[in-house]
Order: sequence, then structure tokens, then C-alpha cells
Amino acid sequence: MHGFTHWLLTAAMIATGSAAAAQPSGQTIANEGLGSDAAPCTSCHGADGGGNPAAGFPRLAGIGAPYLADQLDAFASGARDNAVMKPIAQALSDDQRRAVAEYYSGLPVPEQDSTDTDDIPAAGVELAEHGRWSDGLPACVQCHGPAGVGVGERFPPLAGQSATYIENQLRAWRNGKRPGGPMGLMAGVAAKLEEADLAPVARYFAAQSPTTDEADDHE
Amino acid sequence: MSSRIPLLTVAVSFFLLAGVLVWIATQERGRPSPEPRATAQASDAPGTSDERPAGSAPDEPASTTSAGPTADDGSQPFTPPPRDALPDDEFGAMVRKGEQVFTNTQEHAGQFVGNDLQCANCHLDAGRLADSAPLWAAWGEYPAFRGKNKHVNDFAERIQGCFRYSMNGTPPPRGHDVLLALQAYSYWLASGAPVGESLPGRGYPELDEPEQSPSYARGQDVFESHCALCHGDDGQGQRAADGEIAFPPLWGLRSYNWGAGMHRVNTAAAFIKANMPLGATTLSDQQAWDVARFINSHERPQDPRFTGSVEETAERFHGQYSTYGQTVDGRRLGANAPPAGTAPASPSP
Ligand code: HEC
Ligand code: HEC
Repeated sequence: MHGFTHWLLTAAMIATGSAAAAQPSGQTIANEGLGSDAAPCTSCHGADGGGNPAAGFPRLAGIGAPYLADQLDAFASGARDNAVMKPIAQALSDDQRRAVAEYYSGLPVPEQDSTDTDDIPAAGVELAEHGRWSDGLPACVQCHGPAGVGVGERFPPLAGQSATYIENQLRAWRNGKRPGGPMGLMAGVAAKLEEADLAPVARYFAAQSPTTDEADDHE
Repeated sequence: MSSRIPLLTVAVSFFLLAGVLVWIATQERGRPSPEPRATAQASDAPGTSDERPAGSAPDEPASTTSAGPTADDGSQPFTPPPRDALPDDEFGAMVRKGEQVFTNTQEHAGQFVGNDLQCANCHLDAGRLADSAPLWAAWGEYPAFRGKNKHVNDFAERIQGCFRYSMNGTPPPRGHDVLLALQAYSYWLASGAPVGESLPGRGYPELDEPEQSPSYARGQDVFESHCALCHGDDGQGQRAADGEIAFPPLWGLRSYNWGAGMHRVNTAAAFIKANMPLGATTLSDQQAWDVARFINSHERPQDPRFTGSVEETAERFHGQYSTYGQTVDGRRLGANAPPAGTAPASPSP
């Protein structure tokens, strides 16, 4: 190998190696936070990353790392407008955001008590499973998977997610308080939704079981 | 920590980045651009291709001007009955079965399917959507003469064709429940529609010829920016966390075969322009032509009419809009195609 290149690579390894050694791991950030700058994630998102549905804190466990990292970046820049998350995300370095995103994406999805699916409003079922093509609106499940189990790393699971949280996010997109996501897809979707659509469809996904028997079979 | 370390990191990163940029630049220059052999087969000799002869019932039904929900004359497309209007009797049960076969063909008619597609993947909203070859517009147009097989086809035979080509499978035999159910479903969706009249919204609205001849390289850019997110970087689709196919494959062993209507660049361009990216249809005509050219320049299952020779098959069955038999990236399309109809039904998840 060219002598200079070799020197460069070695220097790069030393530099990044020593930086990494000083970094708290994703797990440490999640459980302990960063001193007074950032509270532990677990204080709101639960010890197992399962969230707190009643309080509207979302589940993080098992959600794609690229998606989670994008969200932390958007909280930090303010593009995703959230007063609680903004200072926390800003306290994390780029690498720390990625580390904690990786950590949560690798956590198993916690079992959740099955909720009553009988009282899901029919309008929620219709929108989630069939969309509203007269307005050019595809079914939610076409991108988020059957019953919202999630597809790949970019289409997050909605099944078993907090209803309050889902509803708030849809509203945030409608009000331009959250970036539209890859290709602006969610901004486009939200623009076609009415206020009256939000609660029923959020209720549909909150009632679905977040765990699937066959997860991991098709990596 | 010494403050010299971060400085060093910055300097080193700068050098590395510069190196990468130089490398990318050289790669770009070296990229082959497999352009189409500009309309190699200049025209479709009558009766030699899957084009329809003049005056026959259309395989490409929609006329450019009248089709579509936003037709200039303000006419609204036909509206099929709502889902919950289905009668709760034996007829209703058969219709419901047809809807299930149509939307989840893998599960309800898997023995006749040789790829990962569902009927509804190309006929959106369960065959209800105007400009997505809706079933309600098809029902009243058969029996009809088809250039593809040069005789009059009834609706059942038309559907058998979809199984053979689009689904790369073995068609259900005449009289089979699966065919009956699909007919019942189509008939019901067409409740109140006129017979023998081409309805606005039928087929995929035909596009004008593109200004620039469709380009593989430009199409690849469109694919990467507008399609790969869902259909995967390799075009092979994606499965949901429960193992079900969420985004269907666009080429390869588990997609439509070389005899399917969608393999023709004009048909794919028309479908894509009206229906893709899903829920965000913003492509220009040129982009739709380019990306159609790109996705149809990859290998897929063989044409079921394969004669044993790519050249002869191309000449007998493939017109100017087909890429079959052309050479892309040094490989002849069709020459390495896996046999048609032999892929097993979707591997159980
Ligand atoms: C890979 C995409 C694809 C799949 C999958 C597919 N089709 Fe089609 N289908 C087409 C295309 C392309 C046409 C021709 C439309 C045109 O030329 O405008 C068509 C036409 C039809 C027509 C005639 C429409 C008309 O107006 O004359 C019917 C009926 C039909 N398909 C039914 C089915 C059924 C049933 C299935 C499943 C067994 C199926 N299709 C699967 C692409 C597909
Ligand atoms: C947001 C996700 C998404 C994007 C982006 C997207 N598609 Fe699709 N595509 C789908 C889904 C979902 C289906 C199946 C539709 C259904 O079943 O209702 C589909 C179906 C198709 C089909 C017919 C089925 C098959 O596999 O052959 C083609 C062709 C296609 N898409 C091409 C494209 C092209 C080209 C682009 C980019 C211009 C694109 N799609 C962008 C989600 C997407």
C-alpha cells in the first residue's frame, strides 16, 4: 500500500478509536442519560423501550435504526417540533444519536396485553385497510404492513403504538410540525386526511398486537 | 482528551473525503449507458406481436383523451358499489371469494401462481381504481378478439391469460371456482355499468410518445430516487415484519414474466405514470417512460410462448415496445431467463 495512504488510515483508526473509547454506549445513554444534559430515555419510554401508551410516549423497541436516527436529528434541528425531545437530542452528538438508535432497534418488542378490538370505529378499519382512493389515499397497511407490523427499516411499525401518540403525529404532519419523511410520503398522506379521520385510524393501530410470530424470518 | 485529536480527525476525514470524491468521479465516467437499440424492431408487423390489429377489441383499452377521472369533458368515472353493499347470500359469498382471490392471490389461489404478485398489485384498490385497469370497466368489454392469441376471448379466458403471464403461473382450468369467483366479483363491481362501451378510466391511460427515447441511465436515477425506498435497491420488493409481501418485486424470478403486458415499456410507463409512486404520483411522462425502460431491462421469467430461441421468440411475439432479446449491460434479455411458470408458490413465511 502507498506509504502516505497507509499513514492516513492508521491515523484515522487511532483518532476514531480513541474517540469511541470515550463514548457512552447506546445502552448507557438509554438507561442513564447524559448527566444533567439528557435524562435517561427509559424514564419516559419505559425500561424495556415499550413506551407508555397512556401518557402518549411511543415505543422505541424494535423500530428501524435509520428511522429513529432521522427522528433524533429532526428533534435536534427543530424540524420535528417537540419541546421535550429537542434539548435531549441536541445534547447527543451525531454518533451518540446513531448509537442509541441502534440500541433500541435491536431490543425485542415487548409483549403487550391484547386490547379490545371490538370497539375500533369502522371508519378506522376502512382507512387503515382500504385507504380512500377517491382522494388518492392508499391504505396505511400497504406501507406499514398487515395490521401495521412494519416493513423494513423505513416504514415503522404502528401496531400496538400509543393511540394518542399516533394521533398527535398525524396532526403534526397536517400542521407542518414534522418533516414529511422519505419522499415526503407522510406529508402527502396527512394532507389528504381530515381531522375526523385521525382518532379512528390511530385507535385501529393501537389495538393491534405489536408482536408477530414470524418476525425475523425474512431478514 | 488532547485537543489535537479532534483536529487530526478533521484533517484525516478531509483527506479521506477527497479521495472518495475522486473515486466517485472516476466511477461515474466509466458507467456504461445501455441505451435501447433505438426502436430496434421499427414496427409491429401485423399479426407478429402482442399488439392488437386495428379494429379489434383493445388490449390497450383506454383512449388517451377520454380516460381518467379528470377527463376534460368533466365526466366522472363509473363508481362501483361500496364494499358493504355486498349481499349476504350465496352470490355474495362467491363475490367475496373473488375479492379475496384478487387481493390475496397467493393465499387463495396459490396453486395457480408462480411468482410473488397479487392481481391487485397492478389493479389498485382491489380492482376498483380508475386508470388502474379496473375490473368494472373490463367486464362489459368481453367477449372480445385479442391480437395476443388471435381469437375471441371470453372474460374467463382473459383472466386465464393474467395467471399465465402476469402471475407467471398455470391458469385455473375452465369452470374452476377461482375463475368463477373472479368473474362474480368483476360482474358485481360492474353493477349498473353499460355493456360493450369503453368506459372512462378503463386500462391505463396511454402516454404520448416521449420527447427523448426512453433511457436506461435516466430511468435508473428515477428508480433510485422514487422507487427503491419501497421496491428495494435491487427491485426485489420487501416483506413486512410478519413475512407477508408488502412491496412486490419489479423484476427477477418472482415478478411478471416476459409475456406479461407489464413487460412492455409503453404499458409499464402508462401504469407507472397513473399509479406510482404509490399515493404520490408526481412523475413526468418522460420519467415514467425512462423508469419503465429501466425496470423492464432486467431478466425475468421466460415468455411461456418461448420457442427455444430468443431471436425467434422476439420476432414472433415481441413488438417495438419490448426489450426482450435486446442487449443491456452486455447481457441479452431473455437469454438467461428462468423457465416460465415453474417458480413454486411463495415460500411459506
Ligand atoms: C404485473 C401486473 C399485473 C398483474 C399481477 C395482473 N394483471 Fe391484469 N392486467 C395487467 C395489464 C398490463 C393489463 C392490460 C391493461 C391495458 O393494456 O391497459 C391487464 C388486464 C387485465 C384485464 C382486462 C382489462 C380490460 O379492461 O380489458 C383483466 C380482467 C385482468 N387484467 C385481470 C387480472 C387478474 C384476475 C389478475 C390476477 C389473477 C391480474 N389481472 C393480474 C397487469 C397485471
Ligand atoms: C410508497 C411505496 C412505493 C413506491 C415509492 C413505489 N411503489 Fe410501486 N408499488 C407499491 C405497492 C404497495 C404496490 C402494489 C400495489 C397494490 O397492491 O395496491 C406497487 C406496485 C408496483 C408495480 C406493479 C407490481 C409489480 O411488482 O410489478 C410496479 C410495476 C411498480 N409498483 C413500479 C414502481 C415504480 C417504477 C416506482 C417508482 C417510480 C414505484 N413503483 C414506486 C409501492 C410503491
